[in-house]
Formats: sequence, structure tokens, C-alpha cells
Amino acid sequence: MSRELRVVLAGFGGQGVLFAGKVIATAGLIEDRELSWLPSYGPEMRGGTANCSVCLSDEPIGSPLVLDPDVLIAMNQPSFDKFVDAVVPGGLIIADTTLVPTIKERDDVTLCMVDAQQIAEAAGLKGLGNIVMVGKLFEQTGFCERETLDAAIDHCVPPKRAAMIEMNKKALELGMNA
Amino acid sequence: MAEKVLMKGNEALAESAIRAGCRFFFGYPITPQTELAAYMAKRMPKEGGTYLQAESEIAAINMVYGASACGARVMTSSSSPGVSLKSEGVSYMAGADLPGLIINVQRGGPGLGSIQPSQSDYWQATKALGHGDFQMIVYAPSTVQEMADCAYNAFDVADKYRMPVMILADGMLGQMMEPVVLPEPKTELPEKPWACTGHKFEREHNIANSLYLTAEELDRLNVERFERYEIVKQNEQLAESVMVEDADIVVVAFGASARIARSAVVSARKEGIKAGLIRPITLWPFPTDAIKETLGTAKVYLSVEMNMGQMVDDVRLTVNGQAPVEFFGRTGGVIPSPAEVLSKIEEINGKVGA
Amino acid sequence: MEKETKIVFQRPHALLPVVTNYCPGCVHGIVNRLVAETLDELEIEGKTIGVAPVGCSVMSYKFFGCDMIEAAHGRAPAVATGAKRTNPDNIVFAYQGDGDLASIGMAETVHAATRGEHITIIFINNAIYGMTGGQMAPTSLPNQVTQTSPYGRDVSTAGYPVRVCELLSSLDGPAYIERVCCDTPANVRKAKKAIKKAFQYQIDGIGYSFVEVVATCPTNWGMTPQAAFEWRRTNMLPYYPLGVYRDVVAEGYANAAEAAFARAADCPLVTGGGAQ
Repeated sequence: MSRELRVVLAGFGGQGVLFAGKVIATAGLIEDRELSWLPSYGPEMRGGTANCSVCLSDEPIGSPLVLDPDVLIAMNQPSFDKFVDAVVPGGLIIADTTLVPTIKERDDVTLCMVDAQQIAEAAGLKGLGNIVMVGKLFEQTGFCERETLDAAIDHCVPPKRAAMIEMNKKALELGMNA
Repeated sequence: MAEKVLMKGNEALAESAIRAGCRFFFGYPITPQTELAAYMAKRMPKEGGTYLQAESEIAAINMVYGASACGARVMTSSSSPGVSLKSEGVSYMAGADLPGLIINVQRGGPGLGSIQPSQSDYWQATKALGHGDFQMIVYAPSTVQEMADCAYNAFDVADKYRMPVMILADGMLGQMMEPVVLPEPKTELPEKPWACTGHKFEREHNIANSLYLTAEELDRLNVERFERYEIVKQNEQLAESVMVEDADIVVVAFGASARIARSAVVSARKEGIKAGLIRPITLWPFPTDAIKETLGTAKVYLSVEMNMGQMVDDVRLTVNGQAPVEFFGRTGGVIPSPAEVLSKIEEINGKVGA
Repeated sequence: MEKETKIVFQRPHALLPVVTNYCPGCVHGIVNRLVAETLDELEIEGKTIGVAPVGCSVMSYKFFGCDMIEAAHGRAPAVATGAKRTNPDNIVFAYQGDGDLASIGMAETVHAATRGEHITIIFINNAIYGMTGGQMAPTSLPNQVTQTSPYGRDVSTAGYPVRVCELLSSLDGPAYIERVCCDTPANVRKAKKAIKKAFQYQIDGIGYSFVEVVATCPTNWGMTPQAAFEWRRTNMLPYYPLGVYRDVVAEGYANAAEAAFARAADCPLVTGGGAQ
């Protein structure tokens, strides 16, 4: 797959889909590429679903709103159901089977099922299922250089939570090997 | 060159305003602008500045009026319904020739409308934000970088012409993150001998006022102000023109919709359709010069907006019947897709028989 | 033979030698003068910013010698807030009438007070809209006849007058609130004392200060000035009792913040009590 990436990340508020999107965008920043990150916002975020669109490109980005993603990262069932048909043929869907029990099959896309939250919890990384998913995305698409990914984590984890850096990097590894 | 950072549009506006020397922010919470106020609440105390959450948008703009009258580099920000409330104070600022920055991170309307991105306040911003004969300079950035650049320059322009200046953004530009290079902090700010700072028995008392009970006096002042507006029109028009030299179809779009229009124009070129884009960066003064340059070559104009057709009026006034002017828009918070803009371009291309 | 001359009365420096627009018998002239005398006596004209309202004193930006800002109707406290925050060393006052302060500008009035803005508000309450020609005001009395309450203010439909000093004195922000009248030389002197104290509190950083002057409007009440004074004494003063409604210094505090702290000391989130 090309390094051109138009991804929708979606899940419940609190699962860290916006943060995962920011890690992907930051990888683009570090590699000095064109990029955009656009969150859903407003009342729907209060305890409901959250999603964001991330674009990485070598050309200036038109609409930052991704309506027909190359990649869908779905972290719960409503998000999977909402976006599954929007993914372009030949695209990629990564679903966290911990909360997406019902998978609608599509034969024109690559479907990766990752038990991300379960994997994270089992490794003592509760709450980092989002980063496991980013690891899987990297393994599938190679959307940036390997070292860029770690640098993006360094960049995105706030200094106050520096202890989380290594855990995030471990979650990436778990995702890549899932 | 300074480092590129990843920032939300709302935050870039705020940080850049601080770097432009703004030390006074008066606002009121409203989606999708709130990050800007929150950023100011965090940053202003560290810069020795003032962040004040006012009791209402009306109070906020009147605090801006008072601070500006006293010489402050000052701003407020809101989103569409809140900007309507600010219209009173903006009119008074214009009438008293006071500078200041008003940011509108637009959402859908009318009424409470939606909280999704929109460009439906174009008329309000360029024609009628408040009662009376007056104009504001209105910037329409289309990237996070341009948000920062506009906020950085807006105060200087406001001070230069002693006018309120608006940045007309929208929920998409406010919420999205993009890489941005932030400008260097300004150190030199202009003197304001007209400001109310206490006369210290060294001068006549200064008055900030918009009341003139003598008709002839107000008439004269309004005429003078419009003479100043003519200078603004000559000096301050900004637009970006993309592939318009040989374009049969010139798309005109600003802000968020210009990003989508650009994608559509690029796609159209790939299909062999001679399309180009004019992107007004100032909505007032409207970049008539950039459009007039294409009058001999363009066969048709297409205004693409996130509203029911507002800027298209200004395109028509500029084109003045010399070519057809078409419109495509989505409203309510719907962001048009590049594909639907492209099919409009294709449809028009079929009609003009290019 | 030279006689020693002594000036016993003259125009205050802070009151400009211009003709005002006030009607004969109107008390705005008295209060304008009291404010100007205060600016002179405290030697603050050179660093004072006045905010004029919309109403009969709308032209007062031409009368006061200090720097002046003309505010939109009701917004004077917000404008004064912007002014004071910009240059905290300036002395900032707003001069407002009842429609301006207690009706269209009530939100600005209450919130500037509760923020404890270090500004001074001079409030002229004459129970009517004067500038627009005698309509019912938020402080018009029950059964008072005005152009828009031609059968008298019916409290069952038009509600009750707002007693602003009482209202504001429930807030923690204000340092000083007093209601005065200027119907007799003694009361004029009391009013002057209150106005001077209000400015002094601002100078001393004690907090927000507010002086209400119960006034008359002979023109729109349709009375002679003497009859208007009598009407005020009979009807307004019982409804709007004169006196000090709040004075944190008299209560033993250094400033409004300290008083606010003391009142709410049982709330564990409340801290401070001294420095503003």
C-alpha cells in the first residue's frame, strides 16, 4: 500500500481514538509531510462515539474530512457499522474484536481483526488498545519509518505522563505482532 | 526557520494573537470555538495578560470596546450565534474608530442551527454585522498556518486603519490540526495618542464616541470613513489564484470550501477540463482585482460555498454580467465532497462546451 | 484700597465650561458637579476615565474634563471593565441612569459587581426613562403613571421595581454600596461624601463601589421641580431607603476580598482573604 493515507479512527469517547489519530498525524509532522487531523466534536462526544479523520500525503490536503477512507480503525460496534461500507474497495479495516463482536464481511477490502484491548490488558497496558491498533496499522501499511513511530509517541505523551512513554511503545510492538 | 508544530486551528489563532502582542481577551464559551478561549485562559496569565470570561457575548464585545478605547491590543472570539450578539459592540467600535479583532468560528444557522462547520455568516461579516454604515476588514484563512498568519497581521491592520477586523473561520478550520510555523513575538506596538489613558493635564481630554446629534457632522464623518475604506480596498485585497491563466471555468471559494474546491479543480484538470481557482483571503475588501484579471479568459465562474449562496453575489457584482456565474453549496454543517464539486464542474463544462 | 478677595465657589476644574442638555430642575447637574468636585479634590482628573451611558447623561462625555468613553445602552460596566483591566492604575467610573443600569444593562451591572471590578458606578435613579420621553423604568414605582404605564404601573403585569442597592449588596464582589439623595443641602453634602468615598475606595484598592442617587425628573413626571422634590420625598424614599448597604471597611475588613472570604469561610474551596 502507498504511504498516502486517509484513515478514519472511531470508537467510544475515552478509548483514545483522537490520541491514536494524533500519533499518526505526528508521525507525518516528524517526516515533514502534508497532514491533517480532524475530530468529530460537540455533544456526540459526551459519552458517545468519537472519531477523527487523519490524512497523510505528499500533496497539499484538500478536505481533511475523510468520507471514503483507505483505512478504518474501528474500536466499537457502532463505529464499525457506521463506517464499514464507506471504506474504498482495496482498503483496509482494522477492527478491535474486544468490542466489535459482529463483523460484516466485505470481500473487496483487507480485514484485520485484532483483540486490541484484550491484548493490551493482558500485557498490563490497560487503556492502550488504541495504540495496539496504531501498531497494527503500521504493520499493515508502513505509513511511516519505524523510528518515526517511536518519536511520535515521545512527542505526543505529555511530559507529566512521561512514565507512559515506554508503555505506549510496548503497545505499538504488541500491535505490530498481533 | 522556526519549528513546525501540530496545532488546532483555534489554538493557532490564539497563540498567534498573543505573539502579535494581544494581551486582552474577553469571551464567552460556545462550540466550536471554545478551545480558543480555553487556550487563552491558560496562556494569558503567563504572559501578564488578561483573560476574562464575560457574562455574555454582549458584555465581552463591550469590554473589547472599552479596552480598545484605552489603547489595548484586544480581541474576542465566538461562533455564529454569539457573533450575532456581538454585533452591537462591533457597530460602536466602527463608529468610534476603534481597532480590535473579532473571530467567528462559524457553525450552521440560522438560529441555534448546528455546531458543524458552515460559511453562512458571509453576508453578516461582509455586509451587516451591526447597524449603520460601516465595514470591517474580513480575513478568510483556509489552513491552520493561514489562521496563524491572519491573527498575527490582523491587529496591525486594525490599528493602521482604526477599524474592527474579523477572521471568518469555521468549525472545520478551528477543530482540525495541521502543521504550523508560529511567528516570532512582536515587540514594537504602535503608539495610540487617541487612546483614553488619562490626560495627565498634558492634553485635551480624549473621547471615544460614536454619538453625533448633528446630522451634518455625522454625514461628514461617515463620508470620511468611507474615503478610508476606499484606501483599504486599494491596499488590502488578498487572494490566491491557482491555474486561472487559461481556465475556462474559474471556481471561486474561500476558507474550508476552498480546500475542497482546490481538490476538485485538480481532479478536473486531470480530466482535461480547464478549471482554475480564485481563493479570496480577504472577503472585505473583496478581491475584485484578482477576479477582474480573469474576465477576458474565463467562460464561466462557479462560486462554491458552505451556505445557500452568499459570496456569489459579490462574484456577480464583480463579473458584472460579462460571464455567467454559477453556484454550488451545501449547508447546515455539511462539508461538500470534492466529488460533488467535481461533478458540478463537469456539468458546467458540458454546458459551456469547452 | 485693596480688598482681600477669597474665592468661595467656582466651577470644578473637572467640569468643562460647556452648556449641558439637562432640563431646568434636573438633579443630573448637581451630581455631575459632585463627581467633578471629587475628581478635583482627590487630584485624579488626569488619570480618570469616565464612561457615559445612554440616557439623559449621554452627552456627559462633553461635560467631564477627564478622558471619556461613550458606551452602548447598558454596557457601561462592561466598557469600564475593559478600561480598568487595560490600565489598572487609571481610575474608572461609569455614570448611569435607571433604564441603562437596571434594565437593559442589568447583566453587566450584576456581573461587574460580582467580579468585584475595581470601578466606581454612579447610579441616577429617577424612576423613569427621561431621554426617550417618560416611559416606565425598572425603578418606576407601583401605580406610577408613565407614557408606557398610562394607567399606573400595574405590578400584576409589569412586576415590581428593582431595588438595586439591596440586590447588589447580596453579592460578595462589592466593597461599598450606598443610596443617597440630594434634595437638601445636608443631603447634597452626604451625597458628596458618599461619592468621594466611592472613588477613594477605588484608589485604595478596596474594591467595587456603587452610589445610587435617588433623583427626580420634573419634565417627565410633569411637575415643577419643587413638586418633583416633594413627590420623591413622599413616594420614592419610602421605597428606596437611604443609607449604607455595604461597607466592608466599616465591617472591619481591609477590602472586599477579605470580606468575601470571611462570609464563605466554611467552604473549603474558598481561600485567600487578603491580597486581590
